[in-house]
This record gives sequence, C-alpha cells and structure tokens, in this order.
Amino acid sequence: MSERIGIVAVAQTKYQKSRPDVRESELVYEVVEKLLTETGLRFTDDGTGIDAAVTCSHDHWDGVTISSWPIADVTGGHLRPEEKVAEDGIFAAYYAFIQILSGHYDVVLVTAHTKESQTSKNLIENSSFDPVYHQMLGLDYTMCAALQAKRYMYKYGITEEQCARVVVKNKKNACKNPNAQEPAELEIGDVLSSRPLAYPIRYLDKKPTSDGACAMILAREEKAKKLTDRPVWIEGVGSCYEGYYIGDRELGDCENLIKAAKSAYRMAGISDPKKEIGVFEISEEYSYQELLWTEGLGLCDKGRGGTLIESGATALDGEIPVNPSGGLLSGVPTNVAGLSRVAEAVIQLQGKGGDRQVSARKALAQGMCGPCGQLQCVMVLGI
Amino acid sequence: MRERIAIVGVGQTYHKSKRPDVNDVEMINEAVNAALNDAQLHPKDIDAVVMGNIDFFEGRYLSDMWTVDGIGSYLKAGFKVHTGGTTGGTVANCGFFVAASGLFDVVLAVGYQKQDACDSRAALMTWSDPVWDRHIHKGAIGLHARRAALYMRASGAQEIHGAMVRVKEDKGACLNPYAHLKLNLTIEDVLNSPPLVYPLRRVHMCPTSCGACALVIATEKKAKKISRKPVWVKDWTEAHLEKAPVPGIGSPEEEVSINALETAATKLYRRNGITNPRKEIHLIEMYGPTSWSELQWLPELHICDLKDSWKLIEKGVTEIDGELPVNPSGGVVATNPIGASGTLRVAEAALQIRGDAGGHQVTREVDRALATAYGAGGWNVVVLLEKNL
Repeated sequence: MSERIGIVAVAQTKYQKSRPDVRESELVYEVVEKLLTETGLRFTDDGTGIDAAVTCSHDHWDGVTISSWPIADVTGGHLRPEEKVAEDGIFAAYYAFIQILSGHYDVVLVTAHTKESQTSKNLIENSSFDPVYHQMLGLDYTMCAALQAKRYMYKYGITEEQCARVVVKNKKNACKNPNAQEPAELEIGDVLSSRPLAYPIRYLDKKPTSDGACAMILAREEKAKKLTDRPVWIEGVGSCYEGYYIGDRELGDCENLIKAAKSAYRMAGISDPKKEIGVFEISEEYSYQELLWTEGLGLCDKGRGGTLIESGATALDGEIPVNPSGGLLSGVPTNVAGLSRVAEAVIQLQGKGGDRQVSARKALAQGMCGPCGQLQCVMVLGI
Repeated sequence: MRERIAIVGVGQTYHKSKRPDVNDVEMINEAVNAALNDAQLHPKDIDAVVMGNIDFFEGRYLSDMWTVDGIGSYLKAGFKVHTGGTTGGTVANCGFFVAASGLFDVVLAVGYQKQDACDSRAALMTWSDPVWDRHIHKGAIGLHARRAALYMRASGAQEIHGAMVRVKEDKGACLNPYAHLKLNLTIEDVLNSPPLVYPLRRVHMCPTSCGACALVIATEKKAKKISRKPVWVKDWTEAHLEKAPVPGIGSPEEEVSINALETAATKLYRRNGITNPRKEIHLIEMYGPTSWSELQWLPELHICDLKDSWKLIEKGVTEIDGELPVNPSGGVVATNPIGASGTLRVAEAALQIRGDAGGHQVTREVDRALATAYGAGGWNVVVLLEKNL
C-alpha cells in the first residue's frame, strides 16, 4: 500500500446482559458520541469531517427490516453515504478500509450494535440454514459448534479440560477489563460441572447473552496523523468463506481462517506471526474455538492448540497473549464481537489497556460469522 | 480513485413471481453462471465476492452462508451488504469499491431476492417504528401514492401521464426476454386497472419477483484482457435518508422531492464535470418502484424541471427510440427481485452501452449512462457508466 490507513479512535459501551433502558439508536449514539467528542469530528460534506459510515447490524436481531435505517440519524446517514454490512462487525471495519483505499473517502465511521436480550438466538441462527433439509433439524450455531468441537477433539485428542482452560483464562482476564460483562475467577472444575447445552459444549463454554455497541473511526494517513498522536495502522487484512454443508467441511481444521490469515500476513509482511505479533484478540464464541483459531492463525501446529494454552503462552503474562480483554466468553454481543476485537487490539497498541495492558507493537484481530466460523476475517494492526 | 475499473460481465435470471423449480442457491447460480459466461471466466478467476439481499424477505439470517455454492464464494474473500431496496445498487457500489481498492483484480457482485418465500409487504412493514408507526403503516403503496398525488398537484400532470409511462415501460419489458411482467398494455388498460390508493393503480406498482443479477467487475489492466467491450465505471455516489416519521408530517412540497437522489446526483455530476445532464447523459436505468417515479425523479436528476417531466413522456423523449431513453428494459415496474433490482439497473445500462441489450437495445448511440437504485423511503445510489475510458 502506498498510503497507510489508520484507526484514530475506538469506543465501546459497557457490555451488559440486558439494556432495556435504550433502543438501538440510543445504544449506537452512546459510542458515536464518545468518538465525536474525542476526535472533534462532525458529519460534513466538505472533506473536513466524517465522509461516510459503514454500519453493522441485522434485521433479525433488531426485529426491523433495513435495520440501519433507525440508526441513520446517529451515524450521519442523512443525505450522506451510509452502508450496512450484514455480517460480523469486523467486516464493517474491513469494508470501511476498502472504501478509503478506493480513494472515495478519507474518514469513515464504523459502528456495530446488537441487543441479544430482546430475541431468541437459536431461532435466528436456525433461520440461516437450508429451509428444506436443515431448519427442521432445529440446527443452531451451538449445535454446529458441538459437532465441530467433537470432531476437533476426536481428530487431535483435544480434551475438555484444555477447552475449559480457555474459559478460566478469559474470564480471569475480564476481571481487568471495565467493559466486560461477566468477569469471574473460576476453576476448571466449575466449567466442567456447568450445565451441558450440546455435548461437549457446556453453559460456561458458550458466550453469554449480551447487549452493547462498538464504534471506531478510520482515516487516511495524512488525516489520521492530525486526528490523533497515536494512530493504529491497518497493515494487513484477509477474509475467506468456507463451504455451507457441515458434512462436507473438515471441521477439525479451519482452512478458511488459514487462508484469511495468510492474506493478512502477506499484506502486512509477516512471516512468523508468533514472533512478530504481540497480542491477539480473537472471536471465541465457544471455548474450543480459541484453541482451533490459534492453530488457524499459525500460532502453533495443527492439533496443538490445547498444548499451547497449557503452556501458558496465551495467558495475559504469556509470550503471545490471546484475548487479554476477556474475549467473547466474558460477554460481547454477536456482530459487535469482531469489531470489539479490533477495538481491543487498538486499545492495546495505543497503550490504553489499563490493568490488561500487554507489551506489543503489532496486534491481530479476528472475527467470524456463520456456523462453525464459516466466514472468517483477519486484521493485522501496527503502530 | 486508486484503480480504474470496468464491468466485464453481466448475468441475470429470467424473472417470475414464483420459482418453485429452484431454491435460492440454484437461482443465484443461474445469474452467476450467466455473468461468468458473459465474461468468459471460470469461478477460479474470481478473487472476491460481495453479495446482498434483504434478510426479512426470505426470512433468512446470513443468507450468504447457505448460498456459498450458488455464488461460488467457497474459499474466496467477501462479505454481504444490505441497505433495503437500495441493496442491489449497494452491492454494485460495494463491488466497485472492492475492485477500486486494488486489493483484488476481479470481483463478483451478486444481488438476489426470492419473493415467493414470504409475504414481502408484511416483511416491509417491520421497517416502521414498533412503538409509534407500525400500527398505522401501510407498506410502500401508501407512501408512493401520496408522493404521486403531491407530484400531480405540484406539476399539473394528469393520470394519463402515469399511464403513458407505464405503457412505455411495458413496451420495453415485452422486448426484454428476462422481464417479469409483459402485459401488452394500452393507455385504457392502465386507466382501467383496479385502483390501490389514488392515484396508484395495480399496474403502476412494481411486482414481487424472484430473480438474481450478477456483475463481474475488474481493474483496468484485467478488464482490457478479459473483455473487448469493457464498460467503464466512471463514478458512483450514494445518499441515504434519516428515518422519516409517518408520511404526512413534512410539508407536501417537501415530500414530492426525496432529496437524497438529488444530493447523490449533484455530487456525481460535480465530481465528473457534468453540467448539462440532459445532453451529456444518453440513457437512464432508474429504479422507479411505481410508474410515477420516473416523472417525479427525472427533475431530481436535473434532467428537467418538475413542471416539465410529464412533457418528456408526451414528446416521446424517454421512449426506447427517444433522445434520452429511460428504462428501456421495462424497469422495476416490470421486474422487481428487490435485492437485485438495483444491480439490474447497472447491468442493463452496461448492456446498452455495449450494444448487447438485444430486443430492447435503444436506437441512439449510448456513450454514457446513469443507473440508480432506490430504497427505504428515500435512500439512493447513482452510478455513472461510460463506453470510453
């Protein structure tokens, strides 16, 4: 890339189990207002402010078709460009990055919001499947995750204890994150004795229900430098789809994440992510996913995700901290999930991590969408 | 722009009210295959895929997951966008952004909707505010009827002018093998069509169609290799609209205009040095959800004054053999697979520039065409296509 594109400011709400006090637009405004205050930017058409917005939300979660319409007034969408990405929030950041690269815009606002508390997650997830053959099976993403976890454990001998360690580590990290919803000091036994949902996924192996929003501002280098003295540059991006039919996929591996990560590493000029990247914020909606995704990201060999966590390398004080924020397991809404990974990576690189701060000059954020991470996105950030 | 880009392949399905013979995946694949054949490419030549549809219409969450095989996005980069009725236009825009970014050389953009899977109007009503509006909301018909009536009052247009536009669009549709409604209408047929909400009659309103449309977009270097007739995407703009309260809150004069189209078009003209669009634009494929839209919105595109737009149809200016043909394909009033309707406008405009539109190819030479997409009460996308770089 001839010119760098940076993230100049990020904002998150505190993630909570339920936010009946606000509607979606008010929730989004909480984070947008923080950004406008921090950067002093306004929605303008003369090239001096925010040029466009990319939002992430879903009709199904909001119970409103064209779910970005009710938030158009708080995202600067009135008589101005605004587009909605109907995936995980990290794709909104990915798309905003692409829009700036295309030369059309200099400064783009990115938002993501979901109020999981107001609807049924498994009904929504069920509606994403083939209506003739799969919906009637009652499939949802937790059931798919159980199939993937089982296959992964069978193929590589990953144990339930190793998965439980992810929960223990992330919930403990969350104790140091003021935005986290459900921080906890747990023992492995607490996780293993929590109520089963779909074997081997137990209650504590799954991300809790959560409401919240996340937003950030991306800007072209010249503008980014004016807006903040600590811009975080997007150095590499990659995304990749897997097949739909779960029976056709090798669930024990994650080919699409490997491919997405390779593109991002190639673009960022990274040959050994384990050595060159200092912190990883990844989307573990279920505990096993952190192990599997660390393999896909090349932090260890295939099948060694369990050994990696046992070694302590991915702990807050380890050599490659994974999810110092507490990850999704400590409570971040679907769709906000991936964008909040990017936000946390930025917070780390800007040195604003407080008690959860680790030492890093490059960070990686990963987001995903669909059953068993069918669509993956990887973003490498640096200062 | 970082990379100059061109449309090197377009494909669409035949459009119908119901497609019980195919599922979403198979239907999308018809359009994708057609676009790849048109570009003489193999799925392996595609670097990234963007797609869009309106989730609630099929009731499908993350519809890009199930349809991976139909689109050909397996192990490829991509994502999905959704902006309501504008989705088809946003998908095209998104493909343009992705190609122009320089990250990918060849991009596939796919819009689709399978409206036999649900009650579209019921889905659409959920756009309104659940507390304040939903109990009195009437979907798209009431909104557009009010706009048409206000337009008539402001411009002096008569019912017959809406009928003339409808007949013109039907003539185009009858020549377009892919069009959905081909009714062989006369002016009398339109004027005797059952009324919905005055002045809208049944044949004025867009149908609910099933269909898909795909575009293959490539960067300059690749485009010149792939196609002998690349259609250059000169520029694209969009302007969305704040969620309006119940129609009727604003003044009637304000409501005739949707502002966002004017905003998007003005920006596009200014950026590309277009000072006299009436002469400099040779063809328009406009997303008009009713026959009245063309009359209401040509002024927004600075083609004529509000009081003159009905005179254009009287003089035959916007006919297929006119000086400035509008919707020679039959437009959205004939064919409306909503998540693909905006993509179709871009595809049809590109075919006209190439001279490959077939039966509904316009008589005049087209060097520069405009395509628009409309959605959600007033969001708009405007795309400028050119024959020469």
